[in-house]
Amino acid sequence: MNPDIILSIRNLKTRFFLDEGTAKAVDGVSFDVSRGQVVGIVGESGCGKSVTIKSILGIVQKPGEVVGGEIFYRRRDDGVQEPINLRDLDDRGEEMRDIRGNEIALIPQEPMAALSPVHTIGNQLIEAVRLHRDVSREEAANICIARMGEVGISNPEERMGVYSWELSGGLRQRVMIAMALVCGPKLLIADEPTTAIDVTTQAQVLNLLRRLQKEQNLAMIFITHDLGVIAQIADYVVVMYLGRVMEQGPVDDIFHNPQHPYTSALLASIPTIHSGTREELPTIGGSIPHPFNRPKGCPFYPRCPGFIPGKCDRFTPVPSPVSDKQSVACFLHSDAAEETE
Amino acid sequence: MSEKSVLLEVKGLSKFFPIRSKGLRRKIIGQVRAVDDVSFSILEGETLGLVGESGCGKTTTARCIMRAMTPSGGEILFRKGDGSITDIAFMSERELFPIRGDIQMIFQDPYASLNPRMNILDIIGESLLVIGGIKDREKRSQRVGELLELVGLRPEYMQRFPHAFSGGQRQRVVIARALALNPRLVVADEPVSALDVSVQAQVLNLMLKLQDEFNLTYLFVAHDLSVVKHFCDRVVVMYLGKIVELAPTEALFQAPKHPYTSALMGAVPEADPRRRADMVPLEGEVPSPANPPSGCHFHPRCPHATDLCAKEAPAFEEHAPGHFARCHHVAELNLSGVQD
Repeated sequence: MNPDIILSIRNLKTRFFLDEGTAKAVDGVSFDVSRGQVVGIVGESGCGKSVTIKSILGIVQKPGEVVGGEIFYRRRDDGVQEPINLRDLDDRGEEMRDIRGNEIALIPQEPMAALSPVHTIGNQLIEAVRLHRDVSREEAANICIARMGEVGISNPEERMGVYSWELSGGLRQRVMIAMALVCGPKLLIADEPTTAIDVTTQAQVLNLLRRLQKEQNLAMIFITHDLGVIAQIADYVVVMYLGRVMEQGPVDDIFHNPQHPYTSALLASIPTIHSGTREELPTIGGSIPHPFNRPKGCPFYPRCPGFIPGKCDRFTPVPSPVSDKQSVACFLHSDAAEETE
Repeated sequence: MSEKSVLLEVKGLSKFFPIRSKGLRRKIIGQVRAVDDVSFSILEGETLGLVGESGCGKTTTARCIMRAMTPSGGEILFRKGDGSITDIAFMSERELFPIRGDIQMIFQDPYASLNPRMNILDIIGESLLVIGGIKDREKRSQRVGELLELVGLRPEYMQRFPHAFSGGQRQRVVIARALALNPRLVVADEPVSALDVSVQAQVLNLMLKLQDEFNLTYLFVAHDLSVVKHFCDRVVVMYLGKIVELAPTEALFQAPKHPYTSALMGAVPEADPRRRADMVPLEGEVPSPANPPSGCHFHPRCPHATDLCAKEAPAFEEHAPGHFARCHHVAELNLSGVQD
């Protein structure tokens, strides 16, 4: 494993075993995250982007289960210790709890749901610090106040004593960012952190995340369905559809040289602030299939303009490189197919 | 524009919500001025966009026009099918009844706006029965079938229940329901923001097609400027219950006259990694409409604010043909819009 890579996911598979059937929420996902790199995962609802990060953090709830693949994570930077496979650890065990929230931190989508309404902001932040560091309450409080200042919360000392419902949406999201950063994580995972807030506040939060990421040389996984947001923040983009990676590559290649029909169609179908008025938009026909009726073969074939009958609906393409950094899972580029189960 | 006639004119519309004290007496201790002296008109066959961030009063304005709520003040002048103009702002439910079919709504969340216990035939047919007066079930189902075909769904689907449809299909059902009574004004409150990116374009295209076919007039409420630019002929920008700018779409995006409009455009994340440096965030957050700032409501966040802005509320004036803005400094400012 390249020494810059701190997280490497290989062929990750997460299933949900329900009465109605088995949903392959994540089906053979692989990508790497390097130090100081922002990896954006983009996809529509049901594409498995949130389940992917839950699998990394070991917080997939029943009836979901990680059934295959590896999650290699490098705990130390000294180059001596080999990466460990997070799947070998007990989700509730001591080592995983030491990593989760401490080395790998999460910024959730809905700050209102993530913060307790009956505890003050200060108490919740201090708890996060004291869980991982052997410090007194006063020392912990000082760390928290410093972090709150860093994320642009004015009067942090006062704000330690307030409750989440007394804050505005933008401030709550800043509190969540402060809480994620409070232990100095190596890897920050942001799950749609700006979806619930207004555009002007969203621009502030994106600028803040970008600044913090640069200053601390953080590795970050940023999940969103908004292609605009991904273009603004990510270095490297993973495009997912129905649990599979359709295409991945550097952000500039994904936006200016997309290779997968799904990526191109998605990019063409969004109205931009530069597009003309009242022009008909190119669309992707149909809608996203239900996870239980996932099409056989390539999951995108029923909606794909480049569909090859007899091939796309029978075999499943696997990612294969189109350049040294970009890879695509599509029969228009390579014949590589998955062994049928 | 003079050749088109005005379909709806809103004059000085206001909607205040009382803030009550705690305890038994529940005394009124203040007002949330959700919509405050809003005036605009919608021409027949055009699409008027209404944009702003949460709490700016755009949905409240739309609901007052729908008469889903009664405004606190102002006039809503609607030109009926026979050409006569009536003020619907304070009409009683009985007086409104014949007009209900003329103004219909498309809601934001198709998962919340369809009754899960009714099938599609009953959902779309309900207004045909209640307002359209089509008592014969056979006739109703025929009309529902036509409507479903119109929005690109198979007529056989009318026996199904909403849970069998995806988000985009549900929104098509909502559109079919809105069109059932041949409305003249359709109020669309964020019709695509709850949908997946790949189906948003389908719904927008469908709405454009239907507009051309039936000469519909849309009031399009949205927070997404890219969608508004794509869809609307003219745009109203609201901030804290007041209109700050009103202009034809092209003029607004090329040369906005109000600093808030310009800031809003600057905050839109563009789907192009080569345009990263352009995003300039606005400081601070939207203040509470219960306690708006003095003078110009936008002055605490405005990069161009002067002492005058804190003291005096600016007037809403026309600065170019059809281009109105509420700012003291329009003449001095040279604001950036969207550069190509």
